[in-house]
This record gives sequence, C-alpha cells and structure tokens, in this order.
Amino acid sequence: MNGDRIIRVEHLKKYFPVEKGFLERLLTRTRNYVKAVDDVSFSVLKGEVFTLAGESGCGKSTTGKLIVRLIPPTSGKIYFNETDITKLQKEQLRITRRRLQIIFQDPYASLNPRMKIGQSVGHPLEIHGIAKGSEKRKKVLEILERVGLVPPEQFMNLYPYQLSGGQRQRIAMARSLILRPEFIVADEPVSMIDVSLRTTIIDLMLDLRKELELTYLFITHDLAIAKYISDRVAVMYLGKIVEMGSKQEIFTNPTHPYTQALLSAIPVPTPERKKKTLELKGEVSSAINIPPGCRFNPRCSYSTDKCKKTEPELIETTKGHFVACYKAEA
Amino acid sequence: MGDSSTKKSMLSRLVPLLTSLARRGLAGWFIAIGLIMVIAIVAMTLLAPWLSPHNPSAIETGPPLSPPSSQFPLGTNKMGQDMLSRVISGGGIMIQVALLSVVICMAGGVPIGLLSSYSGGTLDRILCLIMDSIYAFPGLVLAIAIALMLGRGVVNMALSIAVVYVPSYFRVIRSQVLSIKEMAYVEAATATGAKGHTILSRYILPNVIPSIVVVATVNFADAILTAAGLTFIGLGVSVDIPDWGYDLTVGRGLLTTGVWWVIAFPGIMVVLLALGFTLMGEGLSELWNPRLEQ
Amino acid sequence: MIQKPQHLLTVEGLTAEYCAQRGRIIAVEDVSFSLDKGETLGVVGESGSGKSTLGLSLIHLVPYPGRIVKGTILLEGQNVLKLGKEKTRDLRGRRISYVFQDPMTSLNPVERIKDHFVELIRTHEPKVTKADAITRARKLFKDVGIQPERIDDYPHQLSGGMRQRVMIALALALDPSIVIADEPTTALDVIVQAKILDLLKSLQNRYGMALMLITHDLSIVLERSDKIIVMYAGRIVEQAPSSTLYTHTQHPYSQGLLKSIPNIELEEQKLTAIGGSPPDLLHPPIGCQFWPRCQYIMEICKIKEPPLFKTGIDHLVRCHLYAGETSG
Repeated sequence: MNGDRIIRVEHLKKYFPVEKGFLERLLTRTRNYVKAVDDVSFSVLKGEVFTLAGESGCGKSTTGKLIVRLIPPTSGKIYFNETDITKLQKEQLRITRRRLQIIFQDPYASLNPRMKIGQSVGHPLEIHGIAKGSEKRKKVLEILERVGLVPPEQFMNLYPYQLSGGQRQRIAMARSLILRPEFIVADEPVSMIDVSLRTTIIDLMLDLRKELELTYLFITHDLAIAKYISDRVAVMYLGKIVEMGSKQEIFTNPTHPYTQALLSAIPVPTPERKKKTLELKGEVSSAINIPPGCRFNPRCSYSTDKCKKTEPELIETTKGHFVACYKAEA
Repeated sequence: MGDSSTKKSMLSRLVPLLTSLARRGLAGWFIAIGLIMVIAIVAMTLLAPWLSPHNPSAIETGPPLSPPSSQFPLGTNKMGQDMLSRVISGGGIMIQVALLSVVICMAGGVPIGLLSSYSGGTLDRILCLIMDSIYAFPGLVLAIAIALMLGRGVVNMALSIAVVYVPSYFRVIRSQVLSIKEMAYVEAATATGAKGHTILSRYILPNVIPSIVVVATVNFADAILTAAGLTFIGLGVSVDIPDWGYDLTVGRGLLTTGVWWVIAFPGIMVVLLALGFTLMGEGLSELWNPRLEQ
Repeated sequence: MIQKPQHLLTVEGLTAEYCAQRGRIIAVEDVSFSLDKGETLGVVGESGSGKSTLGLSLIHLVPYPGRIVKGTILLEGQNVLKLGKEKTRDLRGRRISYVFQDPMTSLNPVERIKDHFVELIRTHEPKVTKADAITRARKLFKDVGIQPERIDDYPHQLSGGMRQRVMIALALALDPSIVIADEPTTALDVIVQAKILDLLKSLQNRYGMALMLITHDLSIVLERSDKIIVMYAGRIVEQAPSSTLYTHTQHPYSQGLLKSIPNIELEEQKLTAIGGSPPDLLHPPIGCQFWPRCQYIMEICKIKEPPLFKTGIDHLVRCHLYAGETSG
C-alpha cells in the first residue's frame, strides 16, 4: 500500500432543492435546500479501505455517489489520480467510469430482473467494446469464479430471482469488477444480507483487494463492521466529517462527542455488560434547517457559547487524527 | 386441406399452454378462458367462407325479417340476409380495426412514453400536458371528431381510435419508467458507462413490457367497442361487407318494431370479443402483479 | 406435592405453515417455551427462521395463506388459540401487545397520534371518555420520553425514533402482561436504537411486563435479554439463559452466528461466516435442517432430525452431538 492519493475530494457540496407547493413558491422568496453533503474534504490512499461511517441522513451515501459521478455536485472538486473529474462529460466520463465502480446496498434491486446473470455481468464489456462473443463469455466465467460462484457455468443462464441475496451481491461485485476498476465505492454492501453470511462477502472484498489491487470507499452505519474492515475511518454527521483518522485512533481514542456516543451505543454481544449509553439529547436535526455554529451542538453535553456561534474546522490533533470540535482542540 | 393441418399444429401447441395456465390459479383461468374466446372468434371469422351456411351479402336468401327458426337459426334482416351467416362473417372489420389501432398506438405511444419520462424536463412537461388533454376528452367523442375529419374506412377508424388511446399507454409507461429509473440496477448501468439509449432499450423497456401488454389487451377491448360505436353512427365502412357494427345500427332501428334478433346476436358477439380481451388483460395483470404477496 | 408455579406464557408444540401456489412452507415447527412475568426473552434468527411468524402466532394473527396447524399457547392458563373472535380481539393490545417492525407504515398517516390512542383505548374500554383517553396518552408520552404536545401531530411530522416510541406507548396503553417487539430497532439508527432498548428496559422495571425481543441481531439479545431462543428453519435449535449461551454456545449454528458478528470491544478479531445459504423452506433437507451448512455432520444428521436435548439447567440443544445427555 503506497501513499499515493487515488481519490481526493475538496469542499464537496450537494444541496437538494426542496420541492415547494405552488402557492408557497409564489409567496416566499427563499429556496430551501436539503444540505446532504455540506463541504466535505478528504483523500483516499491507494490500496486502503477508507470508511465513511454515520447514521442515516448524514450524507455518506450521497458522497459515495458523488465520487463515482452518479449525481453532479453542487460545488467542490473530485480528483481521481490527481486528474480533475468533476466536470467530465460524455465520452471522457465514460472512459473514466471503467476505473471507478460502485456496489449498492440492495442485492434485490441492483440486478436487472429481465437479464440473465451472464448478460448482466458481461454487459459492461459490451458497453466499452472490450470483448464480444466467446471472449466475453470467457471473461464472465472467470470473474464469476473469482467471486466464489462455482461452477460458473451454472450461473450464466439464471435470472436474479432464482438466487439468494448473498449470491446476488456477489454477482453485483462481479459486474463491477469485470472492467478491472481501480477504485470501488461499496455502499452498505452487507446490511441487507443475513448476519451469518456477511463475513463471506467482506472477506471476499478483502481478498480481491489484494489480488486485483483495489481501493475501497466503504460506506456503513455499522461501526462494528467498520472496525473489522477499515484502515481509516471518517465519521459523518449532518453532511460534514466530524472526526477522521486511522481505525486504531478512532476506536481506541474517539475524541468527538458524537463519535463517543456512537461507539457507546453499539450493542456488544456480551451479556450483562456494565455499560452506559452516553446520553445524547434530542434527535438529529433536519438537514434543511442546520443549527448555527457546530451542527452537533443542540445534542452535545459539552456545548458552549462558542459552539453555538461558529462552526469548528476539521483540525489535526495528533498525526493523522482530525476532529472538528472546540473541546478537542483544547 | 392445408388449413386443417395448420390448425392441428396450432392446437397441439395450444393445449400445453392452456394446461400450464390453468395450473396458475384464478389468473391463469382468466387468461385461458379469454384466450379461448378470442381465438375462437378470430378463427370463426377467418373460416367464415367455409362456415357460413349462406352468402351473408346475398339478399333475399330468405323471407325478410323472419325470426329465428330451424331454417334460419338467427333469423333474417330487412333485406332477407341470413343473420347466422352475417354473424359468422361480420367480425372481420372490427378485428382488423382493433388490431391496426393497437399496433399504431403501440408504435406511437410506447416510444413517446419512454422518451418523455426518461428525459424528463420541459419535453416531459409539454408531452404530459398534451397527453392529459387528449385523455380528458371522452374517448368516443374524440374518435368521432377525428373520424369525421378523416372520413370512412378501416385505416381511418383505426387511426382515430389510436389517437384516443395513446395517452393511456403514455401514462402507464411513464409511471413505470419513473419508478424503474430510480432502481439500483439502472444506476448501476449508468455507473458502468451505459449510454442513454442502451439503458432505455435493455434495462427499462424489458421491465415495462408487462404493463404494455396489459394495456394492449384493454386497448383491444376498447377498440372493438369504439369501432362498433363509430359504425353505429355511420362513420364505419361501406355497407356491402357484412359487419357487426352495421347490423347493430340497423338492428337498433328495428327494435321498436319488435325485431330483436338483428341487434342481439351481433351485439353478443361484440361483447364476447371485448370480454375475451378484457379477461386476458385482467389475468395477465394479476399474474404479473399478484395481489397476494407471500 | 409442590405445585410448579404457572408461567405467564407457555407455548407447547406450536407449528405453523404457509400454503401458497409454489408449495407448502413450514414456518414454525414444534416450538415450545415459557415466559414469566418481568422476564425478557430474546428470539434470534435470520431469514427463514420463522421468528416473525412465531411472534404473530402468539396473538393469533398469522396472515393468510398461513395458518397454525397445531400446538397450544397458554396465557395465564388460557389457550389463546381456542379463544373466540371477541376474546381474541380483546387479547390483542390489552393482554399481549405487539410492536411492529416498521414504524413508518404501522401508524395511520391520516390520523393524528391522539386519535390512535383514543381508538385503541376506547375499543377495549368503551366506558373511557375521549378526554380521559388523551390524558392517559399524555402520561404515556412522558414515560416514553416524547413531549406531550406532539400528541396532536400526524405521523409524518415525527421522526423514525419518535414514531417507534409512539408505537411503544400504544403497546403499553392498556397495561399488557406481555409486549412483543418484532425487530424494534432495525429501521432505526444505532443511537436511537440504544435509547429505545433502554426505554423498554426501564418500562419493564416500572410496569413489570414480560418482553419478547424478536430480532436477527444476536448482540442485542445477548446484551439485553434474560434468556434466548435461537431459531433456524422454523425450529428452536438452542435455548439457554443469555450468559450460558455466550459462554457455552453449543449448537453449531449458534456458534457460527456468534463467531460471525463483529465485536467492537475486541481488538483483532477473526470473523468466520457460516458456509452455505439460508434454508430453502420449499425443499427442506431430510434430517437436521442445518446439516448442509454444518461442520460437524455425522451420518445420523442426514437421516433423523435431532430432538431437543437437555444439556444443563434450562439449556436445550437440538443437535446429535449432544445425544448423550438427557432428552428434554
């Protein structure tokens, strides 16, 4: 794993306009936005597993989709191998897509129900004119075997409905991998799979990382899985990164109050643990009306006046460990 | 005879199809019964030259306006034509019109629906407006207006019905496409670099086809009834070809004099044909979108 | 002779199946267990385990085309399955209440929250006035930690966590003896999840009701229940007090499950998955249902389904590996 930055994201923002009724639009001037991603910057190093962790609505999935250019950013820049891919269009974008792929959360929705497995997995090869006919078939069989679907011939002519969730997820992976991408965004790839089967998929991802020299952006709400798979973790809250660092740092030395609360809330499979869930007031604010100052302050037990006025920057406290919190700076 | 051997081979393929349908529960029965009805009527019409006992157009085959008897099981009309022969041969125009209108409708409505909903934006808004306006019109009135403009004839009838029905395809396709567009497998296709037309043709269209088929069957049924209606008010085809619609018109006038058989039997045939298509549509709809999910 | 104290709930030999076009699925097979006042029972299982069907059976609400084939469910000595329509309706919400999985779709979107309570309370206790019902609701809101003013809101105005609290408040409104929570936290974020589970615990301490937690999350039941039932393909494969299940996991499936969940408190963890696929309920294997995925199979596993063997006080395992013990 070398230190090259394969992905660099700078001040990325994605605001979704809120649809208003006709009358409301007439009577009010202001436009409301859901600030799904609100100024996010980070880098992913080649060969690592970088995790974006957080609860639902924090913007992690949106960030993932922004990076693979599924949705256009409102502002900010995305660099792939130091090339600016933010504004690429049409043909150039298509070529870039070969190297940036995404795996989705829902194995039941990510495969075309009317395409046979062989067709689904082989289609990317057709799209980019890489292989046809028997050559294509060979590559499809190869990749199916690689993801653990053996014997591969058996799966070629099946339809998705004939397979289980775990198998479908492997096929989705095969489809992403057949183009030999360099970077893969995995958006909650195991949250809809049976618990006892999750590690097979995760271990597969880790094996493939070594074999095919991949880099992953792993998106999850499950910090326990994040701990198992990640090299580095960034915790997101309401569209911003609040803490970022190596796995070691984040899990043994969580500094941001939100991270601490998050970690204390995770169920641990040991009976009668004398653990107290850290008190967190209220609920997550709406992403339309983000509170002024630090967006976490309404729920924070350590909130001060400064916290309510100005938003803290993401600052490096120890080497490689970044926190956006005034308490941590002290 | 060539016809009976082709009939035999069609039947041999039909029987296993019907048995597999019957095993699919109530939906399957609907489709099976509907299918049988439609095939029977179409076959009857195709075989009319051999099946009808008399020449349906020959006047004074029997005494005019005679009620159903052993000689003329369905009676005779004002010109002494045998009603049984007319009923057997009279479906031709209707079926042609219905078929043609469905084909025109699909050829027009499907691509428009796909393109509009997939591209979105202003094009979609404008087309929606146009389609909703057409849809808001009572179908028969609009068909009459268009038929009046275009004149008589099978093609013109088909066209007027088609125009009325395009919005139905448009709406159904649009709602389907809008939901499919958001599905992960379409996003995945975009992420692998597929172009718009590829996504439409290989990812969206195949998933929309079940709905199209269902609309088509209802389209058929509606077209038959509209064709009958158009002929009823005199916008159909010329009088020398036997036609249920024409007989319906004439028969209505005769009702007041107690002559019920001229309108009744063609009427029943129209209903049966429309019903056959409707049953198929209902059955297919139930089969593909079952109401009882496990 | 000392009379054994009667349990609050005794389930004996419960079997339920679904008959659909594709075939017959046995969702729950020969399930027996008991539940006492103030106890928390965790029912854990993955897809095809039958845990949800089990929960619904307890209030006799298995949806068509499913049906309960045999067994008894004794609530305070009365067989739930033999009650008439009226009494069954009375049971639901009042003696046993059910918190459904998805708070989004379980509340009526066109009714205000207060109306949900009024309807519920007055259906079971017609003499209560609307005003009294609302007062009771406000008190429950305090108990579950929602501001009482929210009672006038519509469901869509509340967040997921709040809706789940409303569901819990509704479940408690009539002071039931048992609350069944079916995946109460799956649709929620982890912090809200922890709060909801804490809430259920404190309410239990206050009101003394029994709680049945149905979930796929083994961590939750290990952390929070007194005893646990592990289900696989409709059967109970292991049943034990939580601490015993953690320290003496016996059934290969339970072991596999425990080894596959990441424990955030452990440093370097080697996780292993259970090979194979979830059970195919349409074509179940002969013998033990788990044998296609088991590391320890013996010949007998493919032929005869193991009964539940008693391996300790309150510890039952359905596995031929423990055939030496007394059969329970």
